[in-house]
Amino acid sequence: MIANYGYKDGSGEYYISIDTDKCIGCAADRACLTACPKQMFEIITDDYDDEVAWIKKPNCRTLAYDCADCKPSGGYSSLPCIAACTPGAIKHSW
Amino acid sequence: MNAEVAAAPTAPEKKEFWRWQENVWVDETKDWKTAKVVTCGIDVGSVSSQAVLVVDGELYGFNSMRTGNNSPDSAKNALQGVMDKCGMKLEDIHYVVGTGYGRVNVPFAHKAITEIACHARGANYMGGNGVRTILDMGGQDCKAIHCDEKGKVTNFLMNDKCAAGTGRGMEVISDLMQIPIAELGPRSFDVDVEPEAVSSVCVVFAKSEALGLLKAGYTKNKVIAAYCQAMAERVVSLLERIGVEEGFFITGGIAKNPGVVKRIEKLLGIKAMDTKIDSQIAGALGAALFGYTLMSKKAAA
Ligand code: SF4
Ligand code: SF4
Repeated sequence: MIANYGYKDGSGEYYISIDTDKCIGCAADRACLTACPKQMFEIITDDYDDEVAWIKKPNCRTLAYDCADCKPSGGYSSLPCIAACTPGAIKHSW
Repeated sequence: MNAEVAAAPTAPEKKEFWRWQENVWVDETKDWKTAKVVTCGIDVGSVSSQAVLVVDGELYGFNSMRTGNNSPDSAKNALQGVMDKCGMKLEDIHYVVGTGYGRVNVPFAHKAITEIACHARGANYMGGNGVRTILDMGGQDCKAIHCDEKGKVTNFLMNDKCAAGTGRGMEVISDLMQIPIAELGPRSFDVDVEPEAVSSVCVVFAKSEALGLLKAGYTKNKVIAAYCQAMAERVVSLLERIGVEEGFFITGGIAKNPGVVKRIEKLLGIKAMDTKIDSQIAGALGAALFGYTLMSKKAAA
């Protein structure tokens, strides 16, 4: 399943999508949990009883701010979450 | 289960324009007493609550009513309404699944499942296994969902930040215009020229903008049309992010408003699928069907 977390507002679209099929038996040892400096990822049991990553609820409303330090303007050339998730489950819309 | 569901008291409310039709229905052609498995889904949303009964995997009855101040009471009242209609007791129900924002506050539920999964499952039952894209227009949020032929979610998106442009917004416009909510859709087509969308569907801003348009000489119908158009544009932008596939189905209270639905169809160039079942019960129906699957799995194990 592709799960999109985030929002669209007057300033743009801010969604993080997670391909949760890749989280089942994660080949990266749940690296998203420790890679994110804001600790936005969490492992949950979804509606189909699979253990997958999601973005913590409060962060879903503040992604543009939460991720700002990791974006190129914050000096990063690649995002820590995307680099750590070697199965390639994570995508950012902005 | 042997706990009784006592109906919680509800305060009488005066008749208002925004008030939508509450509904209780049971399928008189079926007899739940001869059924092997009775399951129930309860959807406690921010604006409305529904209880759906499913017997042997088929829709049997439902109750749809406004959510009160307290989620457990709303869940109890919704269930009690439909049980009273068919002479059922809580102990006659084998499995209860809670969904909606108040799903964790359904005291007698065996399991809570998100409304995303439940709407997909409910839409699959209501529209058949050809349903692929679901737009749920609820009381305070909107969700875009893709599902497979079994009603399993393959992709979903909801706007987590702004609750604007939803059922609650329609209620506000209905009250402001002093026009019963069920008449908004038909009236929105009774205009000389189709107006531009209002610039904001935010409940607060839309109110002042609507009043401004009335002062500027817009008829009520034209203001409603501008609001329906704004709501349609907003949800279409949400849908476009995940894409729309054939087999397009709308759930939630706004599915009953042709003023919004027809404008969405026009913007997307695709027609929404029809159903004879009340669009507001999709989440609770999906929850009850999940309950049925869980019971069947248990029996097979
Ligand atoms: S997001 Fe990536 S790292 Fe995290 S659990 Fe899923 S596959 Fe593993
Ligand atoms: S961009 Fe940075 S803050 Fe945002 S999710 Fe990735 S690692 Fe976390």
